[in-house]
Amino acid sequence: METSDEKLVIAMPKGRIFNESLQLFRQAGYPVSEEMMEGSRKLIVEVPEESLSFLLVKPMDVPTYVEHGVADLGVAGKDVLMEENREVYEILDLKISACRISVAGMSDWKPVLNPKVATKYPRIADRYFREKGQQVEVVRLNGSVELAPIIGLADRIVDIVSTGRTLQENGLVELEKIASITSRLIANRSSYRLKSGWMDRLCERLDGLVNGRGNVV
Amino acid sequence: MAKPRIFEKPMGVRDFLPEFVSKKKWVEKQVEDCFRSWGYREVITPTLEYFDTVGKASAIEEEKLFKLLDGQGRTLVLRPDQTTPISRVVSTLMKEEPFPIRLCYHSNVFRAQEREAGRNAEFFQSGVELVGDHSPEADAEVVALAVEAMKACGVQNIQVAVGHIRLLNALLEHVVQEPEMIAKLKQSLGRRNLVEFRESVQSLNGSDKKQMVLSLLTMKGGQERLDQLAKMDGGKQVAEEVTHLKAMWHALEDWGVASRVVLDLSLVGSLDYYTGVYFEGYGSEGYYLLSGGRYDRLLEQFDRPASARGFALKTDRLVMASTQGPDHPERVALVYSRNMRYEAFQIANRMRRQGKAVSLFVKESDRSFDSLAGYDRVEEVIGDGNL
Repeated sequence: METSDEKLVIAMPKGRIFNESLQLFRQAGYPVSEEMMEGSRKLIVEVPEESLSFLLVKPMDVPTYVEHGVADLGVAGKDVLMEENREVYEILDLKISACRISVAGMSDWKPVLNPKVATKYPRIADRYFREKGQQVEVVRLNGSVELAPIIGLADRIVDIVSTGRTLQENGLVELEKIASITSRLIANRSSYRLKSGWMDRLCERLDGLVNGRGNVV
Repeated sequence: MAKPRIFEKPMGVRDFLPEFVSKKKWVEKQVEDCFRSWGYREVITPTLEYFDTVGKASAIEEEKLFKLLDGQGRTLVLRPDQTTPISRVVSTLMKEEPFPIRLCYHSNVFRAQEREAGRNAEFFQSGVELVGDHSPEADAEVVALAVEAMKACGVQNIQVAVGHIRLLNALLEHVVQEPEMIAKLKQSLGRRNLVEFRESVQSLNGSDKKQMVLSLLTMKGGQERLDQLAKMDGGKQVAEEVTHLKAMWHALEDWGVASRVVLDLSLVGSLDYYTGVYFEGYGSEGYYLLSGGRYDRLLEQFDRPASARGFALKTDRLVMASTQGPDHPERVALVYSRNMRYEAFQIANRMRRQGKAVSLFVKESDRSFDSLAGYDRVEEVIGDGNL
């Protein structure tokens, strides 16, 4: 049941993952240029010749847009998906923006009596320590998480690590890895069914690109 | 916690204003006419049930149940779905009635409040249960009825995706063997996480195996997929389930709904609950409108084992997805002076019998009729029984 005359709306994360995902779409043959995305402060970018429309949103919000169906597809980091736990289809590993989510602390960290963990990812942290059978207090921060162990707000942090430089510069070390992170293509539940023709084509193109199979346009 | 303001309601519950209510009633009427004409009879069960009976047997996970305590401290639940209470009724009050039993319902169901606005704690469902018939035709009947009900509400672009959990199981058991791996693969599908599914497949031994399990993700379509499955050497269990699914498909073809149906073996519902066919219905501008399937293990929990299947329409979404609606009667404001009270009532009743919605307004010196702006027509009674 093909509805290719319809528009496909894709929620894209602003920031770190943005350029890489944009490049991927471009390589897959979709005419999206950086200028048209970055030149303005637009939140919606239309690509009428492909019946595509991009929403530029906060990375953490991508799964929300997709779950509620205002976007058919989205690009979201696995960290965001783990934290948000939304009812969406996780259809493709785009293998971009690779990093990991880890527990870190001061280089001389030792177990403390009342452990506290600072993080932007309270649900991931809570779940991880619970599964390890440890009760920790999770302190939610919105940024500069590395500061917390230095000034004694928490004894450890849970955060994204890519090169480890930020940790190093702040005298922190990676203690445990929680999970590997890459960006994923996610789909709304209904769109996955009702726009399947459209979506299969896009997935095929991206899959070919990411996994080195198939014909790249 | 701050004391609630007067406009506040508990999270996840809603008020419904006349416009929505009239459309909702219309939708329920269309659906109801459909159900009744297919021989389904409506039942009403209580809002409150025991956690130990209906709560535990329900397909809804415990943390999503809306729980409270009764006077004796026993745990109650607000009914989380309608299938479980109906199974209780079929197994107890209707114990003597022979199978198959066809029942339907329109009701509100409850879920514990979720973390954000937009997720409802109370919502409406209409659905059917067909209990005590193990034929593939019975499975086909509820799928066909689901399509019919959506059509009756003017839903466009209807599509029903059909999976089969027993067939999926049999295929996985034939190819994969390790029970932990099978469970993991099914869980990934249940969470709609195709990436995780593919990752698990990579850890299997043998490229044939990998290929076979991966092909489940692309097993979408109609007759051609069934032929493909039938040719496969998957053992006795697989062959049995394929035969059942094929018979169901042929019934759907005979009944003219196969064009609305897409088989998709990667579609699974609640894993511990469904025992065969599982399906979801979609339509109009991206609405997820219904889910249902075969649940052969539920009735035995109420001591009357039987095969059963049914579906529940998500009424709230059906109201939004429906392209049609009720015809609204003309709303008439009939204004009269007190000495014409008798006549005004006669006139109003005559107009009511003609299908108009008539409200009476007595003229008083201190009354302004600004409030009549919302009426389609304003009439004044001036003479002896005429307008």
